[in-house]
Amino acid sequence: MKTNKIPQSGLPKPATGAVALLVATRKGAFVLRSDKARRAWRTTGPMFFGHIVHHMVLDHRPSPGAKAKGSRTLLAATSTGHLGPTLSRSPDFGRTWKEAASPPAFPKAPEGQKGRAVGHTFWLTPGHARKPGVWYAGTSPQGLFRSEDDGDTWAPVSGFNDNPMYSSWTGGEQDGTPDGPKLHSINVDPRDPRHLYIAMSSGGVFESTDEGASWKPLNAGVLADFRPDKYPDYGQDAHCVRLHPAAPDVLYQQNHCGIYRLERPGATWQRIGDNMPKKIGDIGFPVVLHPRDPATLWVFPMDGGTVWPRTSPGGKPAAYVSRNAGRTWQRLDSGLPKSQGWFTVKRQAMSADAHDPVGVYFGTTSGEIWASSNEGRKWVCVARHLPEIYAVEAVELAR
Amino acid sequence: MKVLIPTPLRSYTGERSEVEAEGTTLAELLADLDRRYPGIRFRMIDEQDAIRRHIRIWVNRDQVSTLQVQLGAEDEVIIFQALSGG
Repeated sequence: MKTNKIPQSGLPKPATGAVALLVATRKGAFVLRSDKARRAWRTTGPMFFGHIVHHMVLDHRPSPGAKAKGSRTLLAATSTGHLGPTLSRSPDFGRTWKEAASPPAFPKAPEGQKGRAVGHTFWLTPGHARKPGVWYAGTSPQGLFRSEDDGDTWAPVSGFNDNPMYSSWTGGEQDGTPDGPKLHSINVDPRDPRHLYIAMSSGGVFESTDEGASWKPLNAGVLADFRPDKYPDYGQDAHCVRLHPAAPDVLYQQNHCGIYRLERPGATWQRIGDNMPKKIGDIGFPVVLHPRDPATLWVFPMDGGTVWPRTSPGGKPAAYVSRNAGRTWQRLDSGLPKSQGWFTVKRQAMSADAHDPVGVYFGTTSGEIWASSNEGRKWVCVARHLPEIYAVEAVELAR
Repeated sequence: MKVLIPTPLRSYTGERSEVEAEGTTLAELLADLDRRYPGIRFRMIDEQDAIRRHIRIWVNRDQVSTLQVQLGAEDEVIIFQALSGG
């Protein structure tokens, strides 16, 4: 198997400063800040107290309209159990927030026709480095939306949302996750702003090479064991898809039916999860990539047997790492509960920083944040008793 | 006319429980309310003009299910939000 080695000169330098974790929970958002050594952590929040925060993401580009030099926009997708969804923007890392003037919404259907309504915005991705102010959002039910004004107003990407194949690709409401079918894992090729990947639960992975005007399914080789046709063109349940930022021909996918790797221009995914220990299996939600080494990835397996408990197998939580593109895997459980640990790590709730060694972080459905400053060799619980954690994004406060 | 605002939406009205808005239909009234308090309508009404699942709107003593309801100058519009669930 090729590992898409990239020249050292083309790699970003490791970060050395303090790290912040942007934590989205069922009852608000929190920020954990580390010291430079990533040993001491301080929790602040909640922001949006009582609101469901599905995703909170910091732009990697300077904000186009910022008054302060170097200011980067922070976006948060929120809803409550009862009110409609919305989206808020902060120019000052969460000190102040302003609601988007026009959050993601489907067009009004013609009279007499049933239209779609956004239940919540689930996923946020900043656009290409050469497209400042552009953001993408994925919603439940499945919809792709784009903002060109730094998240203030949003328009549907009709090439996907109104595609004649939309109903077939998405499969309808009953094909979704228990709290609604989702469009997620929006990946922008760093070499080309027109080249996009998205994924859906359910629906699978799709690719556009014209900035969203047209889409093709990209699911060959991916199992869908819940269908009569086990390897369909689309309809798979992709849980999380990551494109390697320094080797953008390499993609990894944690799927409902295993862990996969794809190297473009190839179009057939290879199941690398078959190399996981059989008693653990290769079911899970998140997949996290090393920022500089496209052969290194972390997953957090869960119990996908019987009725899909979605907890750590056997109540013994562990991350697994592969350093050779999925040929072999090592268990990483030092510091984690040795028994009776029944939490789940959701697809957006695991993240890595850009240090050397890489810091890896995950948040649990039981409200704990676990951190490792040495690539998973040792885990430390750095926050507990938070609400159910939906998403954790690691960001560098300074390089 | 008078519009009563439930607690979860008062962040839009400066914490006021009672505000004024105008319109000859509920649709017009909600549009006016959104002009005065930007963003409040979408939290109650989805993009298909349906009243969201956990929102109830009453005109005087009648619960309404459509935005086409006619309103008079003396009517009172009461907005409720269910607080069920955990």
